[in-house]
Order: sequence, then C-alpha cells, then structure tokens
Amino acid sequence: MKHPILAAATSAALPLMSAAALAAPSAGAAETQPISVTAIVMFFVFVLATLAITYWAARHTKTANDFFAAGGGITGFRNGLAIAGDYMSAATLLGACALVYGRGYDGLLYVAGFFVGWPILLFLMAERLRNLGKFTFADVVSYRLDRTKMRCLGALGALAVVFFYLIVQMVGAGELIQLLFGVDYTYAVIAVGVLMMVYVAFGGMIATTWVQIVKAVMLLFGGTVLGILAFAKFGFSLETLAAQAVAVHKSGAKIMGPGTLLADPVSTLSLSLGAVFGLAGLPHILMRFFTVPNAKEARKSVFYASGFIGYFFLLTFILGLAAVVIVGTDPQFFQGGRVGGTLVGGGNMVALHLAKAVGGDLLLGFLAAVAFATILAVVAGLALAGAAAISHDLYANVLRKGRTSEESEVRVTKIATLAIGVIAIMLGILFKGQNLAFLVALAFGIAASANFPVLLLAMYWEGLTTRGALWGGLAGLTSAVVLVILSPAVWKAVLGNPAAIFPYDHPALISMPLAFLVAYVVSKLDTSAAAATERAAFGDQYVRAQTGFGAAAAAKH
Amino acid sequence: MSSSVYHRIRVNPKFRELEIQRSRLAWLFSAIVLAVYYGLMIVVAFWPNLLHAPLSEGRVITIGVPIGAAVIVLAWFLTGLYVYRANTTFDELNEQILSETQS
Repeated sequence: MKHPILAAATSAALPLMSAAALAAPSAGAAETQPISVTAIVMFFVFVLATLAITYWAARHTKTANDFFAAGGGITGFRNGLAIAGDYMSAATLLGACALVYGRGYDGLLYVAGFFVGWPILLFLMAERLRNLGKFTFADVVSYRLDRTKMRCLGALGALAVVFFYLIVQMVGAGELIQLLFGVDYTYAVIAVGVLMMVYVAFGGMIATTWVQIVKAVMLLFGGTVLGILAFAKFGFSLETLAAQAVAVHKSGAKIMGPGTLLADPVSTLSLSLGAVFGLAGLPHILMRFFTVPNAKEARKSVFYASGFIGYFFLLTFILGLAAVVIVGTDPQFFQGGRVGGTLVGGGNMVALHLAKAVGGDLLLGFLAAVAFATILAVVAGLALAGAAAISHDLYANVLRKGRTSEESEVRVTKIATLAIGVIAIMLGILFKGQNLAFLVALAFGIAASANFPVLLLAMYWEGLTTRGALWGGLAGLTSAVVLVILSPAVWKAVLGNPAAIFPYDHPALISMPLAFLVAYVVSKLDTSAAAATERAAFGDQYVRAQTGFGAAAAAKH
Repeated sequence: MSSSVYHRIRVNPKFRELEIQRSRLAWLFSAIVLAVYYGLMIVVAFWPNLLHAPLSEGRVITIGVPIGAAVIVLAWFLTGLYVYRANTTFDELNEQILSETQS
C-alpha cells in the first residue's frame, strides 16, 4: 500500500521518482511530529532573513531587466549556487537518503541520472541560450520564428511544467511541514504560497536568487555536518560503513550492487531521457541563465552548480548507508519500537532521524528548517518562471506585440505572481493526499518533449520553421500528456482500471523522439514564403549565438 | 547590428575556426558523458552481477560503487574542462573576431 504522504513528499524530493520506487513503507500518516524549539527558531530566523532580503531587493528592482533577470548582474559563482538551490527541490536530501536507505546502490545510480543532464546543458545549450535570450526561453525560440505563435507555444510549455511541478511542491510542502512542525496542512500550504508571492512579487529575480543562494548554502552546510558526524561513527572508512550496512540491511550484500529499481531497460531509458533532457526544458532553470552578464559567466554557473549538486548526490549515498546502520537498528525511530517495521513519520524521515541520532535536537531542528527553506526556494523560482511566461511572453509580446512599457510589464508580472500564488494554494489544498507521481512524470515529460526539442532545433537546425516547431512542440506536449494518462500511475492507480495501456510511467522515450520527428518532417514539407525567410534568418542568429554579438547586456549595478 | 555585420563575422576565417573547435569539443564531451552513463545503465540492465564483484578480495565495497561515483565525477570534470577551454581559448578567439569586425 503506497501512502500519499510518502508519494507526494518523495516525488517532491526527487523529481522523477515513481512512488513505487521507494521500498520503505509509509507510516501512520497524519501523525505529526512536534519538533523542538530549535527548529521553530531557526525557521523564523530564515523567514525573517529572506523577508529582509526581499525588502532590500525590492529597492533595487526598478526595470523589467532587474525584475526578470536581476539586472543580468549575478556572478557565475552566485548563479551556480542559486541554480543548485533551484534544482535540488523540496528535500533532495530526504528523498535520496530514503532511496539509498531502502535500496542501497540503486539510489546512487538513480541520482546519477539526474546529474548527467548538467554537462549536456552546458555543452549544447548554456552559451547559446545566454547569447540569444533576454528573460525567458521563449525569447530564444521566437528569435527568428513567428513571434506570436512561438511565444504562445513557449508560454504553454513553460506554464504546463510550472503548474504541474508547483502542485507537487505545494502538496509535498504541506505534508512535510505538517509532519515536521505540527502545523495544519492547509495553513502550511497557505504559508508557503504567501511567502512565495511576497518574494517574487516584491523582490523579483533578485530576491528569488538570494533566497535560493541562502537555501543552497544551508542545505550544503547541513548535509556536510550531518555527513561528517555520521561518517565519523565509522572512522571515515567507506569499507567499515559498507560492511556494517550490509550486515544489518534486510537485503544484505545485495545493496552494494544494482537491484531491481532500474533493472527494466526500457522503463529506465524512458525515465532517464526525461531526467537528462527534461532538465534542458525546465523554464525556471533556463531562466537562471539570463541573470548572468555574459556567456562566460553562464558557463561558470553550470560548473559551480553541477559541482554542488554532484557533491550533494554523492554525499547522500554516505548518508543513506550510515542511516541503514544508525537509524535502521535503533528502536526509537520505529513505530512501537519494532526495528525493521515502519519508520516514525514515514520513509522520507530517514535523513531527519539520522540527524537526531548523530547531532541531537539542534541538528534535527536545523535540517527541518533547511527542508522548509528548500521548498520555498523552489516554489519561488517556479512562480517567477510562470509569471515571466505570462507577462513577458503572453502579455508584452503576444497581446501587445512588444508595444508596452517596462512598468506595465512588471506590473502585469506582479499580478500574474499573485494569481499563480492563489491558484497554487488552491491546487495544493485540492490535491491534498493524492498520489502525485504522475504530475512529476508530466512536468519532466513535457519539459523533455515539448520545450527541449523546440529549443534545441531552434538553436541548431537552420531548417526549422514556425510550422515545424509548432507541430513538433504540440506533438511532444500532447503525446506526453496522453501517455501519462495511459500509464500505470494514472490509468491504473488514479482511474482504477485493471491494467495500464502504456506500460511505463515516463513518456519521454516515445514523446521526445516524436516531437523531433514531427518538427523535422513538417519543417521539411513547409514551402511557405515565411519558412524561407525564417531559414534565411538562421545565419544571423547563428553568429549571435556563437559570438554573443548583439546579445542582451548586463545593466549597470 | 545590421545583417552586414553578422555577415562580416561569418566570413571571418577565425569564426569558422571557433565554430569548428567549439562544436567538436561540445559534441565530443556530450558523447562521452552520454556513452559512459548509458553504458553503465546497459550493464545494470543486462549484466548486473558484474557490478556486484568486490573491489578486491574480501571487501564489501563492490566495483559498482566507484564506477557509479565516477560517472558523476567524470561528468563534472568534463564540465570543468569545457568551461576552462571555452573561457580561455574560445573567448580569446571570440574577442579577436569581434574587435576585427568592429574596427
């Protein structure tokens, strides 16, 4: 029996993980876990600090460029931290640790798949993206193609990803906060939504960036302290740690090699295509590349971001194994004190139990505050990306055809942010207790199948026309949605049919190549005069993409 | 920012050189990262027992552990190498192209 809390919090933690991926069974659910005063104090310190940052940021946010791209003045190092803070979503710490705790080596392989997209994003996209875009990735796809149509497609893809991802985050946040702080679910969701609106509406990209930086530093610091304290119990010897983990884990020596999680090649391929290429289609991640002054800093940000993320992923392997020995044998962490039974608070509590075991209430409180900060940083990034799609793409460029003032664009963004916040709160309450693994598959499926193919082809293939991009993007989007509906996570688990029509939870294996194929064929068949102009315009775009000549410059700050 | 400036850049032999060098490196590194990762996943799917072999006689750590970690470390290393090359050689070439075009 999969429990909703586990499913939601887990999917929030590691984006593509299906609920079934976690072996650890969930707990007597709604049981709240009143946490120490330390946690409450640290949490308030964090909220006050971020509000102070927002106040400061609001005074430095004057133009649309400030609002969407922090004036293009963020350094590569800071942007790298912010990207890490944006990507490691609601408690990567919790989900990845729980996975290693339950399945050992499979957990390491699983997170590796979420890492591989970063170098690809750097090698193939980062600098061209920075050189061609201004605020959103739709800037890039509409560079030489029909502005209205491509902006609509870009905004549709961005908003779909943002909303599906946001629902997962909100529900995960509500349940996690309820569990950690004993706050009622509804209030927790409202608090997250309101803080998100305040950061984004008042502080724009500057505040969002700094919230993400603070969160990334807290996460890296908390994880490292936890890692050192836990690893010290084994004399910093991986061999000792592994030997003890193997001795007490129910699967024994099997946890040190591949198990059943990624054994099905087709299913794993579909999952990993979504993880690797979906990254290059996540609007809130792509948007971060416009906050740096030039392509040089854009490259550096990926280097720093992937360093932090890779380090943290490797750290979770040590944490998970240490938890097998330290948490897995301690009756105080199991319901009714039955070792090997159900963990208090559910499977995702592994990292927090480990913190309590090696660092006491102080470390536990700190990590609980980190988990909360993590949620806020991610939802703020998502809300900003969604608001930018509405105001910059739809309002300024489609509705007003570019004839609009910066003030009105920023004003529309603020209204859009409030609307997104209210909708996110309502959806968060509406989806309470639902198994949301399918929404994560949808978000990454659409990112990999609608946004990524169009973006890649627009930058690399001279032959792409508006018609081809539109049909390709819509084919990817539609097929991803349809395949997820026919997948086990929706067709069987949500709709209650006996068997799924499409046997895999993740659609990218089919929907991504389909998007490329349709875009290619339709572009090839497109003989319109507009298509000829668009192809001819590739040359100039190509030179700008390569050299940055004419690229949006940084504002003076 | 007229089309003619872009044209002047495009016919500059240094631009051709930049283009070739950079895309060669980018595609080569992408291919390495993807080949290493998907290569490992193929072993996981079809020959999982290979990764269960102990790192050395009598040890609990399997060869799978350093290999799995190496995928992440290698991917990051190539990221660093690319950024280094791009931020030195390529950017220098790029500067030359831009200054020659504007003069």
